[in-house]
Amino acid sequence: MYHVFAIFFIMLSIIGQPKAQDQPLAAVTGLNVYDTPNDDGTSITITWELSKDDEKINNYVILRSISPSTGFETVGQVPAKTNKYVDEKDLIRDSDYYYKVKASDDKGSSSDSQVSGPVKPLAQWFNADYKFLGIAVIVFCGIIIFCIYRAKSGQDFFIRKIAGIEAVDEAIGRATEMGRPILYLTGLSGVSDVSTLAGLNILGRVARKAAEYETPILIPACDPFVMVVEREIVKGAHIDVGKPDTYKEDNIYFATDDQFAYVAAVDGLMLRERPAAIFYMGYFYAESLILAEIGNSTGAIQIAGTDADSQLPFFIAACDYTLIGEELYAASAYLSREPLLMGSLKGQDWSKLVIMAVIALGVILESFGIHWISFFFHLS
Amino acid sequence: MKLRLPLILCLLCGLLMIIQFFIPHPPFTNMYERLLDWAIIIGIFAVVIGLSSLIKIHYTRIVRKTSDAPYSMVVFVGMIGMAIIGIFKGIDSKWFEWMFQNIQVPMQATMFSLLAFFIASAAYRAFRARTFEATLMLVTAILIMFARVPIGNFIWQNIMPDSITQWQPDLPNEIAGWILNVPSMAARRAILLGISLGGITTSLKILLGIERSYMGSGD
Repeated sequence: MYHVFAIFFIMLSIIGQPKAQDQPLAAVTGLNVYDTPNDDGTSITITWELSKDDEKINNYVILRSISPSTGFETVGQVPAKTNKYVDEKDLIRDSDYYYKVKASDDKGSSSDSQVSGPVKPLAQWFNADYKFLGIAVIVFCGIIIFCIYRAKSGQDFFIRKIAGIEAVDEAIGRATEMGRPILYLTGLSGVSDVSTLAGLNILGRVARKAAEYETPILIPACDPFVMVVEREIVKGAHIDVGKPDTYKEDNIYFATDDQFAYVAAVDGLMLRERPAAIFYMGYFYAESLILAEIGNSTGAIQIAGTDADSQLPFFIAACDYTLIGEELYAASAYLSREPLLMGSLKGQDWSKLVIMAVIALGVILESFGIHWISFFFHLS
Repeated sequence: MKLRLPLILCLLCGLLMIIQFFIPHPPFTNMYERLLDWAIIIGIFAVVIGLSSLIKIHYTRIVRKTSDAPYSMVVFVGMIGMAIIGIFKGIDSKWFEWMFQNIQVPMQATMFSLLAFFIASAAYRAFRARTFEATLMLVTAILIMFARVPIGNFIWQNIMPDSITQWQPDLPNEIAGWILNVPSMAARRAILLGISLGGITTSLKILLGIERSYMGSGD
């Protein structure tokens, strides 16, 4: 009889013992909430130490409330092995918020952390991440403005010869002698792109020269706004040289904004009109080589200028002259020879010298294990 | 005033955009978002400008019966056909989808596929070893191609003597990697630095009103 009771109690004790999976999950610890730095006061960052049961956890649920004890609502969740969340959901600036993180598994068990807070989302007046960028902008702008001022006061600057820009007059002259038009393309970007603006600036100089010689310029545009600006530039150039009647608005038109349809339109134009000179000045994508090769096959003199570094090899291979990167921006000043523009060009060269000096200094300091310059220029 | 007002507007908008980049505070972020909305609204009018230019050019060609008139007819047929189906059947309709997938996509792919042939012809011209620079480029291209095409690896592993392949089992890839990561990357970064400075200078010239060619006023 005692044996029966003993077996009965042993069985009861085994059944009564809690199973391993019934044990509550270990809650997350070290919950830290803070206002996200360098933002406009619309986010709060929450970090925590992973739960000791992280391998069992399905996700961490982030709960938020305006009171430390009640009213917690889910604002987001992240998977296991993640210990950071940025809350951007309907936060009101300068208001107190409390947070806690619930660790939960796929069996429905969960465990809440301690409440952390209050924390206020605040808007900052300066983005500290961009401090070195701000300094760089001030330094470079200062150097350029100083050089412009020097140019204004009559100083003459030496600018190295750029073969591609020297060839612009030759190309216009060739088109005039052959009695054929000039084809001018400003790339596929919109008018807000700096390279398009640089291309438009060069167009001003080219159009002026072409207007003097009464050589037509054909411009198929892929952006209607760029087309409007191009029309204004060419019209202005004709008026400036006293030949407004030679301006033909229909030579500058919108072709299409679709990349390869534009290529087809321009290639057709090249083969039908056989321009004597083709300019590619702006931002180009995969169409660069198709255009330049077709242009090459027509026997036209081709001058390209782009800051799309991936397209530069194609233009170098297929065109007679290529303005590489910054030369595109320098071309307008180089062609006009205006002192103010030349001054800005010189300022650009001096800025480059400053960058080279900083790079050299950085290499030397890093070689000797001094890292402050790397930390200063680090972007988070 | 006709010239000054756009210049003042350009300077003000440019300065505001630069300032808002560094200041994340609400007045500036709100202003930035508002200006972006304006840009989107203005952008819609681009369709009207583009369409009117397109219609005018092609209509003139058809009326004057120029040699390009048949192409202009194709433009009108395509444009009007797609517009009618898009408006009356909807852009999610089977008709519209069929025309896009079976007309526009194959035509785009055809144009893009031409690139392969043009790369070959451009490479042939560029790699003719007539100067020292062209020879250098040819040798570099051969080394990179040898490492990147499957047959290069096959030649290295199976045709080269064992003593060499055991000494350097992955030499072609190491050479190609070094060329791409050291001299090529250095040149590319130098170009990018120049581009960045050129961009700053051009922006500054436009903001200060020194460069006005884009306004169409000439000099």
